[in-house]
Amino acid sequence: MSRFRLAATPLDGAALRAELQDPGCGGFVCFEGWVRNHNDGQRVTGLEYEAYTLLAHSEGEKIIAEACTRFTLERALCVHRVGTLALSEIAVWVGAAAAHRDEAFRAARYIIDEIKHRLPIWKKEHYENGDSGWVNCERCAESHRHTGAGESAA
Amino acid sequence: MTAPLYGLVLAGGRSRRMHRDKATLEYAGQTQLARAMSLLEPLVQMTFVSTRADQAHDPQRAIYRSVTDRLSDLGPIGGIDAALHAHPQAAWLVLACDLPFLDAATLQQLIAAREPHRLATAFRSQYDGKPEPLCAIYEPAAAAPIAAWIAADQRCPRSFLAQADVAWLDLRNPRALDNVNTAEEYQQAHAQLAQTPAGEPAAAARQLHVQYFALLREQAGRSAETLHSTARDASDLYEELCGLRNLQLPRQQLRVAINDAFADWSQALADGDRVAFLPPVAGG
Repeated sequence: MSRFRLAATPLDGAALRAELQDPGCGGFVCFEGWVRNHNDGQRVTGLEYEAYTLLAHSEGEKIIAEACTRFTLERALCVHRVGTLALSEIAVWVGAAAAHRDEAFRAARYIIDEIKHRLPIWKKEHYENGDSGWVNCERCAESHRHTGAGESAA
Repeated sequence: MTAPLYGLVLAGGRSRRMHRDKATLEYAGQTQLARAMSLLEPLVQMTFVSTRADQAHDPQRAIYRSVTDRLSDLGPIGGIDAALHAHPQAAWLVLACDLPFLDAATLQQLIAAREPHRLATAFRSQYDGKPEPLCAIYEPAAAAPIAAWIAADQRCPRSFLAQADVAWLDLRNPRALDNVNTAEEYQQAHAQLAQTPAGEPAAAARQLHVQYFALLREQAGRSAETLHSTARDASDLYEELCGLRNLQLPRQQLRVAINDAFADWSQALADGDRVAFLPPVAGG
């Protein structure tokens, strides 16, 4: 199984953790990103993710490979959801297993940070007032309309 | 009844910025004037060259039927006015002579879209949405308003079209109407066209598969499309699509992927490439 995957159905954390179990590992760190009910002062009711599937797979795999090299990791896995998600669902799951805890902590942190910055995946939030918006996109579109030149990167 | 279509190549300009007669500039062994005339000939009933009175005996022009300006120094609108006046029964497909990338398909697109009950049929510029008056069809009914426009001391044919009853269309080949006004532009166009075999459409368009995601997908109204473009790189292509699809995100905030890998905006595009424009990401 590849170390980075996209999933269209709810994630089962226990099953993913079982994939990483390894008698050579003494430490396992897991990060779960959950769908939160508020963002930027707005009440969020749910969200959807849209991915560029082919590029997300290659970039996600690359991020895991980097983490394995940098942190002498034994095992790592990242699964990101696509499609429609309800509140409290797992949006992203990251697991890192290493001989010792320090490497596992640092690797998990590295993977989720890089995923957030580099993975070609987009999040649309739906709000209680009926609005919706693409996170990180709407503001740069807005500044473009007002100034005629986009300067403020997200 | 639909008026017969005549062709007019405007070759009466003074080529001030070029410092030499633009009509006689050569591409792939053919002068611009000859090239424009040969593009028009199969598509219209008769072809004419528009000239100033003092060019009547110029050997490059004398081999063609001509229409001479009625008034001097009006610029292109004087040539259009003279043609509509000299042959009032005809509609005129008017062409500037300095369009080295113009291809037959673009003229066919214009003719197919002709709406004879309007004053004119014209393209809108790919770059700024303004009318393209020098690759357009003018109907006989345009004669009086154009004469009145000139009498009111107006000269700009683009402004004339902007306020007239015109059938508008979008260019399929975005470079077809790029014109050449300076010696430097001529050198560039010449170099590009020198590699094109004679008779082939100039500046061959590549087939490109474009993907849009998230906010760009919503703005474009589609998740993918296949199109033909002469854009050299992804940056040119994005600029072209901003106009075509009304995309509202500044390029500086996007990344581009070519054939499913992140790429530089300046990477040259090849026929069949898959190009994706990526808005700011938001994983996790």
